[in-house]
Amino acid sequence: MEKFTTFTGIAAPLERSNVDTDQIIPAVYLKRVTKTGFEDALFAGWRQDPEFVLNRAPFQGASVLVAGPDFGTGSSREHAVWALRDFGFRAVLSSRFGDIFRGNSSKQGLLAAQVEEADIAKVWAAIEANPGVEVTINLEERSVRVSDLTVGFSIDDYTRWRLMEGLDDIALTLRNEHKITEFEARRQSWRPQTLPVK
Amino acid sequence: MTEQIAVDVRPRTLAEKVWDDHVVVRGEDGNPDLIYIDLHLVHEVTSPQAFDGLRLAGRPLRRVDLTIATEDHNTPTLNIDRQIADPTSRIQIETLRTNAAEFGVRLHSLGDKEQGIVHVVGPQLGLTMPGITVVCGDSHTSTHGAFGAMAFGIGTSEVEHVMATQTLPLKPFKTMAIRVEGELRPGVTAKDIILAVIAKIGTGGGQGYVLEFCGSAIRSLSMEGRMTICNMSIEAGARAGMVAPDEVTFEYVRGRDHAPTGADWDEAVAYWKTLPTDEGAVFDAEVFLDATDLEPFVTWGTNPGQGVLLSEPVPHPAEMSDPNERAAAERALEYMGLIAGTPMKDIPVDTVFLGSCTNSRIEDLRAAAEVVRGKKKADNVRMLVVPGSARVRLEAEAEGLDQIFQDFGAEWRFAGCSMCLGMNPDQLAPGERCASTSNRNFEGRQGKGGRTHLVSPLVAAATAIRGTLSSPWDLQNDASQGITHDAQDTSTAEREAAL
Repeated sequence: MEKFTTFTGIAAPLERSNVDTDQIIPAVYLKRVTKTGFEDALFAGWRQDPEFVLNRAPFQGASVLVAGPDFGTGSSREHAVWALRDFGFRAVLSSRFGDIFRGNSSKQGLLAAQVEEADIAKVWAAIEANPGVEVTINLEERSVRVSDLTVGFSIDDYTRWRLMEGLDDIALTLRNEHKITEFEARRQSWRPQTLPVK
Repeated sequence: MTEQIAVDVRPRTLAEKVWDDHVVVRGEDGNPDLIYIDLHLVHEVTSPQAFDGLRLAGRPLRRVDLTIATEDHNTPTLNIDRQIADPTSRIQIETLRTNAAEFGVRLHSLGDKEQGIVHVVGPQLGLTMPGITVVCGDSHTSTHGAFGAMAFGIGTSEVEHVMATQTLPLKPFKTMAIRVEGELRPGVTAKDIILAVIAKIGTGGGQGYVLEFCGSAIRSLSMEGRMTICNMSIEAGARAGMVAPDEVTFEYVRGRDHAPTGADWDEAVAYWKTLPTDEGAVFDAEVFLDATDLEPFVTWGTNPGQGVLLSEPVPHPAEMSDPNERAAAERALEYMGLIAGTPMKDIPVDTVFLGSCTNSRIEDLRAAAEVVRGKKKADNVRMLVVPGSARVRLEAEAEGLDQIFQDFGAEWRFAGCSMCLGMNPDQLAPGERCASTSNRNFEGRQGKGGRTHLVSPLVAAATAIRGTLSSPWDLQNDASQGITHDAQDTSTAEREAAL
């Protein structure tokens, strides 16, 4: 996973609340068996509208999405994160995220930065005043800078550390493999087993 | 007494007890706990990239004996003996079959009697039981919490993580009690409770929480009803929903194929009885709902929190104080083609969908069949009945429910996720309006441009009869005015013709 420390890119405003993962990537695009190549699927329904923000200059090249509250709710599909990543996004700013989406983001190096709702409005205003303006995200400082404005964001320490180090979760867990084996040795016999088939 | 031995006698919630009993490594300094996973459910959509990850890293699947796969999202509900027409759906199913064979995972394929929606299959096999952890690459894994299990949806990276390690690094969830007291009126169901809860706390209200549903109204629900409620916990933003296990739970699990037996059963039940939330345990948040007041509930908008009583009108966005909520409502009404102030009961539908992991169990089919028995479907409506699993379908056929639905004019289909998300051919056409017993009314969820109203199986059945959003209460009113909706009795007609 690519390390994330600071990042600068064009910010696109998505002035909608409750952007669920069905909107981020409709189910029809979930039939693929690959983990990349989902850029065409991102917001596929909304992108049919030529006025949709990501269809308009200068936002086609955006890499930071600034969204309304409750971004990434609904389905667990990690494809939503893959689609954002494949389109070129490295960060999403929102005042609230769906829990599963937030977790999925951190596995792919996509920063889900929780920004106060009032600050989101300020960032939107800064983008509106200067469309195509770049924002700089500093993960170490937990800050977002756009034009003269700097706002903070929340992210838990563990996710921040993993993003900054670009660490693979599975390798981290397997450092404790002996403890998993010990746990399994004391697992009660009544607990479910799928095999043998009964 | 000079010194006390540190014994954890703090009263704990159900969720905390199940969590504590699965901690492999306790995280320190803000690090997550490493949690053991008892049961991993797999389906074709969110697993191919995870299997691929294992292959690339040269890792085995650690516990195939705690893993089970089924085909559900892409499977057709007609002509299941033929090759799947859509090549991308076919490839995804074939990929699961290849992966399951390569890694040794038990798979129930289309045509198998245990095939079906993953959240229907786990409980019916007796694999879902109290006090366990269950994960699946599907947000509606929360369903299994109805048994007093800790069950939640995960993304594909986490699917791979569980395959490789049988664990997940997780931070403890906060706990929220949802207390529902009182007796439900006839015609009001578990679905109406959960829709009302979501409308009350909002689609983000449960974020970061495990919801524990408790109170007399929950205790008196069947396991099917509890599953419906826990299933939609995710629509309130919560990762998991739980109900404390009790005799209803034990009776449901007892005797199923993979339920514990003999001494294991006794040990399990003794443990399960220790799981309910302790007296004096503190929740991070509490919500109360009076079930006595409840009426059939329906959604009008494009997220599951946008719901009202069926007896109410479409709300006016202008009366909403929160600007985001107002903007979302305006957008939703435009998408849904609705005008504020219209009585919900005046809204005609084109399609009724009875199915999905929320409401496709045998009890749901029985309840709907009871409403439509001997009746005739409205001419403007098509109705799809999609059992949750092949086993539910067989059970329903043994009871004659298939005949009741077909006599009514509904289509009797094979098992799968079907029109809940339209990954198979069961989709709404643009602009079509559907009363659906599923869980999400998002834009385009059931087909591009499709419009979804989430309802209970009873409302779905009554709507199919009357052609407009309706409940069994409306049928009673009709009957009192001499309107019966009865199917024409052909045998009587024939007899009369013969005379």
